[in-house]
Amino acid sequence: MSKTVLDIVHPARLSWSHPLGKGQRLRIVDLEGCQAVDTLLYNADDPVERYDLQQTIQAQRAIFVTTGTRLMSNEGRALAVISDDTVGNHDTLGGACSAESNTVRFGLEKRHLHSCRDNFLHAYVSNGLGKDDIVGNINFFMNVPVEQNGHLAIVDGVSRAGSYVEIEAQMNIVVMISNCPQINNPCNGFNPTPIRLTIFDR
Amino acid sequence: MSEGLKGQASEAEIARYRALKQQGDAAPARLHSEGDAQLATPRTISGEKILWRETIVGGGQMSRIVRAGQVLRLVNSSGKSTPALIALNADLPSERLNTGDTAKIQWNAYLGKGKLIYSEMGRVLFSIVEDTCGYHDMIAGASTAASVAARYPEDVYRTNARDNFVLALGKFGYGRREVVPCISFFTGIDVVEGSKLKWLGDVSKPGDFVDLRAEMNVLVALSNTAHPFDARGSEDAIDALVWQGPPAAPDDPSRTSCEEAQRAFINTDDFLIQIGARA
Repeated sequence: MSKTVLDIVHPARLSWSHPLGKGQRLRIVDLEGCQAVDTLLYNADDPVERYDLQQTIQAQRAIFVTTGTRLMSNEGRALAVISDDTVGNHDTLGGACSAESNTVRFGLEKRHLHSCRDNFLHAYVSNGLGKDDIVGNINFFMNVPVEQNGHLAIVDGVSRAGSYVEIEAQMNIVVMISNCPQINNPCNGFNPTPIRLTIFDR
Repeated sequence: MSEGLKGQASEAEIARYRALKQQGDAAPARLHSEGDAQLATPRTISGEKILWRETIVGGGQMSRIVRAGQVLRLVNSSGKSTPALIALNADLPSERLNTGDTAKIQWNAYLGKGKLIYSEMGRVLFSIVEDTCGYHDMIAGASTAASVAARYPEDVYRTNARDNFVLALGKFGYGRREVVPCISFFTGIDVVEGSKLKWLGDVSKPGDFVDLRAEMNVLVALSNTAHPFDARGSEDAIDALVWQGPPAAPDDPSRTSCEEAQRAFINTDDFLIQIGARA
């Protein structure tokens, strides 16, 4: 029986960061359904080595991540592996929302809305990281299909209340999460909600 | 790998060294070599002046600032090259190419003529103003030391895109931190069956080119290495050049194609005002 070292309900719209030792597992539960959880991973000993969406896609020759997917770094090494998943597809392409991209996508006046990149920036300051360290992330529970002609859109999520995904660290890593506050598209069902975060020891 | 990266000097290179040494020892003023003279020859595209040109050998890299309004042309001379590119705002290097925003804002994961290449700051790095190929990949990424070692375990001198980018940006004082997900030109990757990636094979013909008009001062880093899904694995030379494009009119299609583009250029023009590049 694995030991639980952390078990919290994390509020809607806010960021969270935590170290995850090699072999530890983090479970993210979508408590109310259809809640995008923007996630980045860093090598705890050398944070310039970080999650890389293209290396992750390349390693499995597929855009969606699910059980068994290795979450790869920019150096081509596995930071973590998805050890359990009740959803089946999570987005790798869309990246995080930001104040700046919101101005382009939805209107110049949207700059003052809460966003994931602002969340990351805020969380990073307390981890000794900065804007340069924010890169394209995974969006757990977010649904971004790509059609044959390349058309891509964020559509209604397929996760339901209680859906979860679990990652197992393959080296000592730091996990950064923004519980997405976006209200201009369906990634959170237009209603950001809390998530549950549980860390299990190896 | 190209001749230029084999690491062994040819007879011609040895002879050239001796000739240069003789000149340097004897003559006060050094003359341009024939190769230098060729580079310096003024040439034009559509009546506009070519400011720089270079043949980038297979496996090689390049970095350069392309100023706002200048056009970077990449020519797939053999039709089999797959150059990978990343880009930074030269005046604010924490601002970089963002493939996610580029896809998301334009509702499409594929690139082509008329598309914009976005940074994460809601601003435009490049407009794709010409494109004779139509296949450019920003999903699958480029090679790393790990992927090249797995594919070519015997070839310790084979370069990879990530290390090339580190080298190219290193010339400007930047490093691993600035290397972000890239665009591979002249590469066809389709998403099939909802999620799987398919390499489309020979999608480019010799002489295909793409023209990227810089919309701010852009630091580009380019790696002329094989795309990791490219079964050919060939690494042929490409030609790169920068020319002074005609000024973009207010009704330039890149700016007016959709309301997202209009807002992105409002943001971009505002940045140019902030750095004094526009009144």
